[in-house]
Amino acid sequence: MGHGGGGTLSSELVEHVFAPAFGSPELSGFPDSAVLRLGGARLAFSTDSFVVRPLFFPGGSIGDLAVNGTVNDLAMSGAVPAFLSCAFLLEEGVELETVARVAEAIGAAARAAGVRVATGDTKVVESGHGDGVYVNTAGIGLVPDGVDIRPDRAVPGDVVIVSGPIGLHGVAVMSVREGLEFGVRIESDCAPLGGLVAAMLAVTPDLHVLRDPTRGGVAAALNEIAASSSVGVLLQERALPVPPEVANACALLGLDPLYVANEGKLVAFVPREHADAVLAAMLAHPLGAGARIIGECVDAHPGMVVARTAFGATRVVDRPLGEQLPRIC
Amino acid sequence: MTELTSAPVAAERRRVQVRGVVQGVGFRPFVFALARDLELAGWVTNTAEGVLAEVEGGPGAVAAFCRRVAADAPPLAVVEGVEHQVLPAAGGTGFTIRASRGGGAARTLVSPDTATCRDCLAELTDPQDRRHRHPFITCTHCGPRFTIVTGLPYDRANTTMSRFPMCGRCAAEYADPADRRFHAQPVACHDCGPVLRLLVRAVSGISGVSGVEERPEPLAEARRMLGAGRILAVKGLGGYHLACDAGNTAAVAELRRRKARGRKPFALMVRDLAVVEPLVHLGDAERELLTGNRRPIVLLRRRAQGGDQVCAEVAPGSPDLGVMLPYTPLHHLLLGLPGDPPGPSALVMTSGNLSGEPIVTDDREALERLGELADAWLTHDRAIHVPCDDSVLRVVAGEVLPVRRSRGYAPLPLTLPVAVDPVLATGGDLKNAFCLAAGRQAWLSAHIGDMDDLATQSAFERAEAQLEAITGTVPQVLATDRHPGYRSTGWARRNAGGRPVRTVQHHHAHIAAVLAENGADGSRPVLGVAFDGTGFGEDGAVWGGELLLADYDGFRRLAHLAYVPLPGGDATVHLPYRMALAHLHAARLPWDPALPCTTACPDTERAVLARQLERGLNCVPTSSMGRLFDAAASLAGVCHRAEYEAQAAIELEAAAASWAGPLGERWSFAVHPGGDGPDRIDAAPVLAALAAGLRAGTPPALLAARFHDAVAMTVRQICGRAREEHAVDTVALSGGVFANAVLATACLDGLRADGFTVLRHRLVPPNDGGLALGQAVVAARHRSS
Ligand SMILES: [Fe+3]
Ligand SMILES: [Mg+2]
Ligand SMILES: [Zn+2]
Ligand SMILES: [Zn+2]
Repeated sequence: MGHGGGGTLSSELVEHVFAPAFGSPELSGFPDSAVLRLGGARLAFSTDSFVVRPLFFPGGSIGDLAVNGTVNDLAMSGAVPAFLSCAFLLEEGVELETVARVAEAIGAAARAAGVRVATGDTKVVESGHGDGVYVNTAGIGLVPDGVDIRPDRAVPGDVVIVSGPIGLHGVAVMSVREGLEFGVRIESDCAPLGGLVAAMLAVTPDLHVLRDPTRGGVAAALNEIAASSSVGVLLQERALPVPPEVANACALLGLDPLYVANEGKLVAFVPREHADAVLAAMLAHPLGAGARIIGECVDAHPGMVVARTAFGATRVVDRPLGEQLPRIC
Repeated sequence: MTELTSAPVAAERRRVQVRGVVQGVGFRPFVFALARDLELAGWVTNTAEGVLAEVEGGPGAVAAFCRRVAADAPPLAVVEGVEHQVLPAAGGTGFTIRASRGGGAARTLVSPDTATCRDCLAELTDPQDRRHRHPFITCTHCGPRFTIVTGLPYDRANTTMSRFPMCGRCAAEYADPADRRFHAQPVACHDCGPVLRLLVRAVSGISGVSGVEERPEPLAEARRMLGAGRILAVKGLGGYHLACDAGNTAAVAELRRRKARGRKPFALMVRDLAVVEPLVHLGDAERELLTGNRRPIVLLRRRAQGGDQVCAEVAPGSPDLGVMLPYTPLHHLLLGLPGDPPGPSALVMTSGNLSGEPIVTDDREALERLGELADAWLTHDRAIHVPCDDSVLRVVAGEVLPVRRSRGYAPLPLTLPVAVDPVLATGGDLKNAFCLAAGRQAWLSAHIGDMDDLATQSAFERAEAQLEAITGTVPQVLATDRHPGYRSTGWARRNAGGRPVRTVQHHHAHIAAVLAENGADGSRPVLGVAFDGTGFGEDGAVWGGELLLADYDGFRRLAHLAYVPLPGGDATVHLPYRMALAHLHAARLPWDPALPCTTACPDTERAVLARQLERGLNCVPTSSMGRLFDAAASLAGVCHRAEYEAQAAIELEAAAASWAGPLGERWSFAVHPGGDGPDRIDAAPVLAALAAGLRAGTPPALLAARFHDAVAMTVRQICGRAREEHAVDTVALSGGVFANAVLATACLDGLRADGFTVLRHRLVPPNDGGLALGQAVVAARHRSS
């Protein structure tokens, strides 16, 4: 089944299976992280499992992803990430040295992200029942006062900013997994975004939406926001920061960079009056040095994402299906 | 009781209701003349239902009226039904035309837009006529209809001519039943009609800020600009065209650059057939299509050389020229009347739109959206209410084959062989046309475009609402393709509002379309050969080389092209060399560096592609015949990159058509019996023969001819086997691949020689432009229990 594709199928599972079964109000909309009131504080809470193959790839490893994935989900609600849990599912027979390398990577990534691993678990499954190493992390962090960042807060007029070049992680992982030689080394962009978000919040607490465009890429993230907020999103295709090596690899494989995963980028929906200042703050931060305004939020076509092409036509950017099926007859 | 004297035969009165295309085609004056001829009293009027008359007089005369009202109807009328009912005689003398009555369910049909008639053309060129050189000359036999109708009944108030009050002389003609302009709704003249304007881009200052300025003598200046190599946006019947001198290489190249058009051929509008006679082969059927009153673009096979009025840049590398003749008075004036100063006699006329968007109809939009494309705008103040692109047809095996059914045809209904519930079929995603149907009538929309585009989706919605309004059809069922990613399917789901949405498999819909237009009632299944580029299959694969045992209710897949991987989906569609390499890979044939498809693929890409195929990365299995044609075109060295849809197949067909000699050898596909499942048609032996032939130095034209022959032979073979097994002797051909005249002709001839009855498309396109018709019938047919 294609339910891992990060698109329509997995959101159907959430909508029809998980949300009704759990019945918790926090789950409506199934945000990547939940913001909860607990003992007077506002706490962001998130969990994610990591099953990436291969375990080590140019620019990172499953350990970096396990930390940054969860840290970034917390950061996307404006929280300052603080503590992580870390659970390992190890396949019997996996090299101890491999586990040690993953653990080292987790430690280093946590230090870089400014979080501490506070609890954990290890399980070993029979040989053939796992795929070497799976990692699950959960994380908590505090949401500063006055910050209210949610996928349903985008309004027409908001400016859409992406923090840097897109498509690097997906292409990097795929190239090593599939043994593809594109003639240039492409590295994952895997990075923790808490610091970048803090720099943006220092400009204004009134950021409307933040999202890390992981599975399903920028297209999936923007479609979810457009649907949650009932707004249209109009992108300028020319403004999309697609590195030439990503564009080339995608062209060869027949992929659209808008649908390729990122692990160290965010898209922000920012009120127009703050857009320039927020962009300037992003550009001043090392993880936002390639930030660009890529579009805006509009009244027209609510729930739809549309890209204006170089020729001025408007292409509809659908939410991703399990796989990209050809439509040309 | 008094004595009975020689009383006259009692007068009879009847109410006569005529349905069909009876408005805007001179029907009431015809009724008026007929009634006077038969010495009948009464009246006639337009209603939302059609034309309604009451006639009174001798029984013989009344009966003759009821007969002749259908039999002698004017040329543009299509009478679908005449009902009459006897009323008590009311007396009275004289016959009148009454004002139209609105209201009620609209059931009448609107006529398509029609080319300028001979009488109007004579007036246009006659210096003595008061409409000499009037760019909007029209009468009841010609002119705009569908594109200017805003509502029903068809009256001036319900057209975009409502804002032009008639002058006294026009009003007199309009009111005179004996006049050719009696109730011609768009009638106008120099004094009261729309006004032509020429807006020229004006660049001012160093910043290059541009605006437009109006120039006097719009026509003369427009012709002068065209002659000087400029590009003009010209407002036509169904939208704006971009026009330039087809004989001016620089101008055509500039238009190509501005439209980012690649090598896709441009259509031509020529002053008369003499301009193209030296360039193309013209048969009687083509002449008739070109000069008839629908004036589509006709695809004409080119001669080897000839003529300098059309430069090579118009259709580089294309075997065909798309040609049309002028169909509005403005076009006639633009190409020059006798005695006019010299000017271009052939114009490139391409849809005024941004690549992928629908044709522009709105004047303000034309200035904005065509701002970068045009040097000037030849425009006027008669609004276009709905867009309607030019139709495109070709002649295959002596009969018409529509490639795009639009202006001149829409919104004429097709008659269905079976009744359907009111249904809206949303069609396919590319070349979209939708279909409304109810009872025994189906209205296929004008060409809408590619649904990737937001503007196209909006155009779809507007056209759908308008067609519902003018046909009075309220769909109870929606029919769509089964493809999960089709925008047309998504639209249907979003707009269903509780109505059932029935999905129809793509190739089943193709076969149902050809059955429906051929009047098959579906009581016996046929062998459906559906060859196209891409259609979503029941098993999640991409189908496109299918033999189906099909009726309207369902289908069984009897045979298909063996699956090969489609690496990278739509990306590979533009790069036939990738498809050739994928086919070689599937056939376990080496990527021989001596093959042109191998050298056409850059080294890095080839290495990635090999890995991609090995790992099945983003590879969908496909049985597409369209993709096999792409692969063969690249293998034969004919085309490696497709800059427009089906370019490789079109060029391969052209190569095959150019081979006049004997085939020498014949190739054949291997057919692997499928047991319980469908048979698999394996292209490997044909690909191997192609590669071997190429290495042996066989000319590409001969390779192309042998490939076409092999495909046609396989069609005969699989149909022959299926006939034995299923006792079915009718074959239906559909799918975009059958726009290929060489293949279609070979299949038709071969299958007929084998004793099959062959159903082919003549009324709707074999490509996805005809898909909606099939969807409608499959989804909404009344099933006899
Ligand atoms: Fe098709
Ligand atoms: Mg997550
Ligand atoms: Zn006329
Ligand atoms: Zn007048």
